[in-house]
Amino acid sequence: MRGATRVTWAFGCATVVTLAAAGCGGGAGGGAAAGSDAGIVRAFWTDPQNPLEPANTNEVQGGKVLEMAFRGLKRYNPRTGKAENAVAKSIETDDQQNFDITLKKGWKFSDGTPVTAKSFVDAWNYGALVTNRQVSSYFFEYIDGYEDVHPENESAKPKAKKMSGLKVTGRNSFKVKLNQKFSQWPDTLGYAAFSPLPEKFFTDHEGWLKKPVGNGPYKIDSYTKGQSMRLSVNKEYAGPDKPKNKGVELKVYTDQNTGYTDLQAGNLDVFDELPAGQLKNAKRDLGGRYINQPAGILQTLSFPLYRKEWKSEKAKQVRRGLSMAINRKEVTEKIYHGTRRPAGDLTSPVLSKAGGFEPDMCGDVCKYDPKEAKKLIEDAGGLPGGKVTLTSNVDTGSHRQWMDAVCNSINKTLDKNGACSVNPVPTFGEFRKDIAGKKLKSMFRTGWQMDYPLIQNFMQPLYYTGASSNDAGYSDKRVDKLIDEANAAGEAEAVAKFQKAESIVLDDLPAVPLWYQDGNAGYSQRVSDVRLNPFSVPVFTDIRVK
Amino acid sequence: MGRYVIRRLLQMVPVFLGTTFLIFVMVYAVGDPVNAMFGDRAPDPATAAQLRAQFNLDKPLWMQYVLYLGDIFTGDFGNAFNGQPVTELMSRAFPVTLRLALIALVIEICIGIALGVVTGLKRGRPLDSSVLMLTLVVISVPTFVTGTLAQYLLGVKWGWIAPAVSPEAPVGQLLLPGLVLALLSLAYVTRLTRASISENVRADYVRTALAKGLPRARVNVRHLLRNSLIPVVTFLGTDVGNLMAGALVTERIFNIQGVGFQLWQGIVRQNSPTVVGFVTILVIVFLLANLLVDLLYAVLDPRIRYA
Repeated sequence: MRGATRVTWAFGCATVVTLAAAGCGGGAGGGAAAGSDAGIVRAFWTDPQNPLEPANTNEVQGGKVLEMAFRGLKRYNPRTGKAENAVAKSIETDDQQNFDITLKKGWKFSDGTPVTAKSFVDAWNYGALVTNRQVSSYFFEYIDGYEDVHPENESAKPKAKKMSGLKVTGRNSFKVKLNQKFSQWPDTLGYAAFSPLPEKFFTDHEGWLKKPVGNGPYKIDSYTKGQSMRLSVNKEYAGPDKPKNKGVELKVYTDQNTGYTDLQAGNLDVFDELPAGQLKNAKRDLGGRYINQPAGILQTLSFPLYRKEWKSEKAKQVRRGLSMAINRKEVTEKIYHGTRRPAGDLTSPVLSKAGGFEPDMCGDVCKYDPKEAKKLIEDAGGLPGGKVTLTSNVDTGSHRQWMDAVCNSINKTLDKNGACSVNPVPTFGEFRKDIAGKKLKSMFRTGWQMDYPLIQNFMQPLYYTGASSNDAGYSDKRVDKLIDEANAAGEAEAVAKFQKAESIVLDDLPAVPLWYQDGNAGYSQRVSDVRLNPFSVPVFTDIRVK
Repeated sequence: MGRYVIRRLLQMVPVFLGTTFLIFVMVYAVGDPVNAMFGDRAPDPATAAQLRAQFNLDKPLWMQYVLYLGDIFTGDFGNAFNGQPVTELMSRAFPVTLRLALIALVIEICIGIALGVVTGLKRGRPLDSSVLMLTLVVISVPTFVTGTLAQYLLGVKWGWIAPAVSPEAPVGQLLLPGLVLALLSLAYVTRLTRASISENVRADYVRTALAKGLPRARVNVRHLLRNSLIPVVTFLGTDVGNLMAGALVTERIFNIQGVGFQLWQGIVRQNSPTVVGFVTILVIVFLLANLLVDLLYAVLDPRIRYA
C-alpha cells in the first residue's frame, strides 16, 4: 500500500515537472502579434560563422547583414555589378598608386555620429592588424605598410599598429598609398571589409558586437545569436537606395528544408538558399515566385601542378583530354536542373563582356568530344599511373553527385571502368587542410566565389605565382607580368591585359572550367520586387510588402 | 541508501573523465577548425597562428584537455568560434530540449504503458495483434520520414500548425515534434510492458491475490503493473538521455533551437568547444538518469535494497 502511493507520487511528479516546464514556455509563445509584422520582410538566415565585424566576415550569411547595415566608399550596383560611389565623393589618382579620397558630407551612423575619414582609416587599420585576428585582413594587403601590421611569418610580431599608407588629411578626406600599382583598386572598395566603423566599435567592442552599428539603409534593432536579427529603417541614412519596406527580420533556420517548408506555408518571405533536392520542384511549387540568375561563382577542377606527374608537357595534353571528356551540359541539366551553366572561360557572366567575360575563350577544350579526348590522352601515354581520382568535400552542395557523373563521363570516354574514381572527403575543413598542405595527388574541386565583380578577382588570387588561392600551385612568368601590367594600366586597358593572361592560363590548363553557378531564391505571395545582386544576396531595400 | 548514493556518485568521476577525454580526442582529431574559417581560401598563416593560440590549438592535445577541464571546473565552457560563450548557448538550448524531451516522455509513459497493459492482458486478441503490427510499422519507419511527412501534411497541406517552431518554443508548438520524437520509444515501451504483463499475469502472487477475493482492477494496478514496470523503468531512464541527444533529427526538421541543433552546428562547423561542452553535459544527464533508475527499483520492488 505504502509502495503504491510512492509509484503514484513518481508519476505525479513527472506530470508536475512537465506542466511547470510547459508554464515557462507558454507565456513567450504568443510571439510577435500580426500587427508588428506589417511591412516587415521575413527572410531566411543562418548564424554567421565568425563574430559579425566587417573584416571578419567572409561568408554569404554574414555578408547579407553587412550589405544592409553598412555602406562603404563604393557600392556594387545590384543590377549591373558596376562599382559606384556611395560614401565617396571622388577617388582620384595620377599614377595608379597614390589615391586621394574625398567623402560626401552628411553621412551618419545609425547612432547619430558622423561618418568621417577617420571612420574609414581606423576601421581599415583595425582590419589589417594581425592581433585582431580578422579572417579577411588580406583585403588590405595592397596598402603601403601592410607587412608592418600584418607580417607574413606565423610567429612574427607586428612592427606597427597603423599602416603607413593611410593618412587623414581632413575631416572628409584622406590619402592612400599602395605598395604597387593597381588601377582597379578603387573598384574593390565596395567589398564589405572596407566598411567604415563608428567610434563605439573601438570604445565598447563587446557592446558593439551584441548590436552592431553601421551607416547603411537599415539599423540593427536586436540580435539574438542563433535565433534572429531584427532590422528597421535607418532614419539617418544618406544614400539614394532608401528601403521600400519597414524592416527585415532574419530568421535562423536549423535546416534548409525547414526553411523551404516554411516558405510554402507562408511563414517566410524571402528564401535564398533553396536546397539542392528541391530545385527540381521549386519552379512548380512556387508558381513563378522563383529566381534563377547569374551569380559570381565558378566551379573548376584543378590539378596538383606541384607534383611531377602533373607538371610535364605530356600532362598538359592529358589535362586537355580530361576536360574534353566531361559532358558539362548533361551534368548541369540532369543534376542541377539548369541552375548551373557549362563554363567556357575562367570568369563569370556577371562581369559582362565589357568587364572581361568571354564565354568562348576556352574553345574546343571545354567542349565535350569523347573521340578527340580519348585520342589526346592515349597519344600522351595515358593517365598518370593509369588512373585519376577526383577529390572534394561532400558535406555540402551535392558535390558527390556531380563528381560521380564527371567520373562516369571520363570512364565512358576512355572505355575503361575505374579510370576515374571519386575520393570523397567528409568535411570542408579537412578538404581545405589537404589543399593548403599541398597533399593532393590528382584532380580536385576548386570553387571560386568572387569578392568583387572584377576580372582581376578571378585571375590574380588564383593564378598569380604564390597567390593566396592558387591551389594548383600554378606559376607562369608571362601571366605574372601581364597581371602586373594590367594593374598598372588604366581601367579599359586592364581588362584586355587580364584577358590575355587568362588565355595563357587556359592554354596551360592548371584548372578546367566546369560551370557557372547561378543564384537561386524563392519568395512568398506577401512580397514583390525580389531580386538578387551579383553576389546572390537579395536586394532587401527594393522589396515591397503587400 | 545514503552510502550507496555516495558510492555511485564517486564511480561517476572516472566514467566522466574517460568519456569527456574520448570525445575531446575525437573532435580535435577531425581536421583543423581554423582552416574552415577561411572558406575557399588558403588561411593566412599569421592570422591562423593567432587564432590557434586563442583557442589553445597550438598546444599538445593532453595539455589542451587539462586546460579545458580546468576551465570546466570553474564553470567556463569556453567560447564558440563566433565569440559566444558556450554556457550562453547551453542556457538557451537545454530548457528547450528538456521541454521537448519531457513532452515526449509523458506521451511515451501515458500511451505506451496503457497500450502495453491492454495488449498484455488481451494477448492474442485482434486488438493485441493490431497494436503489435502498428508498433512494428513505427519501429521500421525512420524518424525523419514520419517527421517530414507530419510537417508537410499538418503544416503545409492543411495549415493546422506552423511547420517551424519559433525560437521561444512554447509547449503548444512542441506537441507534434514531441509526438514524433516519442513514437519510436513509445513502440518499445508498449512492447516491453506487454511482454512483462503477459508474463506476470500467470504468476503465483496474482493468483493468490485473486483467490483472496480482491477485485480484478485492483490486482492489475497494484500488484501486476507494479511488478511489471521494472524493465520499463530501466528503459525509460536511459531514454531520458537518448531523447535529449537523439532529438537531433527532430529538432532539425521542426527548426527547434535546442541541444540537437547546437550539437549539429558544432559538428558541421568543427566548433570543438560547443561539441565537447554539450556532450559533457549530456554525459552527466545520462549518469544521473541511470542513478535515478537504480534508486527507483527499490521503490517498485521493496525486496531490492541498497546497503
